[in-house]
Amino acid sequence: MNTLPESPARLDVENISVAYDGEPVLREITFQIPHGARVAVVGPNGAGKSTLFKALVGLLPVRAGKIFIHDLPLGHHLDCVAYLPQREEVDWHFPVTVRDVVLMGRFGHQKWLQHSGRADREVARKSLQQMDIADMADRSISELSGGQQQRVFLARALAQEPHIFLMDEPFTGVDATTQVATLALLDHLRQQKVTVLISTHDLNLAASRFDAVLLLNHRLIAFGEPKLVFTPENLAQAFGSQMLKLPDGTVLVDDCCPPEEEYILKGKVK
Amino acid sequence: MNWLFQPLQYEFMIRGLLASVMVGILCAVMGTYVVLRGMTFLGDAMAHAILPGVAIAFLLHGNLLVGAIIAAVIVALSIGLISKGSTIKEDTAIGILFAAALSLGVALISSIQTYAVDLSHILFGNVLGVSVSDLWLTGGLGLLVLASVALLFKQFLVISFDPILAATLRLPAELLRNVMLVLLALTVVVSLQTVGVGLAAAMLITPAATAYLLTRRLWPMMLVSATIGAVSSLAGLYLSYYFNIVSGSAIVLTATAIFLVVFLFHPRKGILWKRR
Repeated sequence: MNTLPESPARLDVENISVAYDGEPVLREITFQIPHGARVAVVGPNGAGKSTLFKALVGLLPVRAGKIFIHDLPLGHHLDCVAYLPQREEVDWHFPVTVRDVVLMGRFGHQKWLQHSGRADREVARKSLQQMDIADMADRSISELSGGQQQRVFLARALAQEPHIFLMDEPFTGVDATTQVATLALLDHLRQQKVTVLISTHDLNLAASRFDAVLLLNHRLIAFGEPKLVFTPENLAQAFGSQMLKLPDGTVLVDDCCPPEEEYILKGKVK
Repeated sequence: MNWLFQPLQYEFMIRGLLASVMVGILCAVMGTYVVLRGMTFLGDAMAHAILPGVAIAFLLHGNLLVGAIIAAVIVALSIGLISKGSTIKEDTAIGILFAAALSLGVALISSIQTYAVDLSHILFGNVLGVSVSDLWLTGGLGLLVLASVALLFKQFLVISFDPILAATLRLPAELLRNVMLVLLALTVVVSLQTVGVGLAAAMLITPAATAYLLTRRLWPMMLVSATIGAVSSLAGLYLSYYFNIVSGSAIVLTATAIFLVVFLFHPRKGILWKRR
């Protein structure tokens, strides 16, 4: 793992607004995440979860506000943010093998004209092992199942040895093995003191396995410990008419995400 | 074996063979990017858009290839600029640019009375008219393009496969894409000699598409593509010699035949097996 800079080791987002062509998707978002925390990013479809991640890796320009990583502006550290894209964002028919993809994670540690050396291959091998896909290293990515494909990209992100790891919907539409592998990876990353941000529709998961929840709907609605964030008021603000409050205090959120599912959050929000 | 060596007694045939093989390899290598990045239309447009450069060079009594290179680089960079983010869709913009350049080229050429013969050479190539200096220029440009691809292999791989990773690695994606477009432009210019404006796109995509079916990694795909490009060029030129057909057509038809064989009979991906 890379050596951490002196204090403060954290991710600072100061009042950022991000827009595609016209209307801003994110407005005046401010939060601070201490290094090594595990944060769930939750909100309805189109709330700007992916947009937030893309701004954090520098893929989308920030229209206003600033992002600091360890007190330095975004872009200062070349390789310290890893991003797990949503599966449909990748061209799975591109002629690359599993090992090729994972080795790409090392490019940030190499000079411009340098090729992957023994140390890089060793890191790649360990990452493949960690994600339990070492035996598929020479397979073409097009031959893998959806869950295996996701694990390839997780392995690549691991090989980047990031300080901050962004995962866009890693639990959506994957098999149980991959879900388990992803959750195991989270514990591994916790040991390595990697900050993890995960966007998810699974509110139960967000409430049970994360240090903090970032509730988003174009604006930041709430950020903090899950039990403080998941209040009926906050959920109503985030999900609006997609939410149903039952007489016993249970809140139902019908979030019409692919695949269509219903998420029940019981007991947490009384 | 006499049939193999007989054409080689003519110096213009040897020059033509050297030129076509170089072009075959070069087009096939850059073609892998064209196929993988879905730039077929762009490659075709670029080839046609070179015409005014050639015409102007002729009017000024300059070197036609140099005129073509200048035009090609201008076109490549304008396409890069247009696709950077405008209100018009990229393929629409390319279509407008390419039609305008082609018209300008034809207009300029039609103003030159004696150009009739040479126009067909530009449109369909004139591999037997390759001069020694053309050969040097082709070789030099070819080496430049191949060396750039070798040096920037890693960067080109990332911007082609995963623009998001390119962004997180802070690669200058736009600059790299423009470099790639310029390399593509130089390749197209070189290919004018053997297959001409009309068929340059075929030399870019057909060998690369065949190699795509046969390989599972980018580097081998380039090698296989280059081999197919070279073999098609050689075989095409012999066909052209013995059957007296236009060399550009013969080369492209050979490459297409190889593609069809692979497409039909490929053990895993061949459509003949899939039907069963």
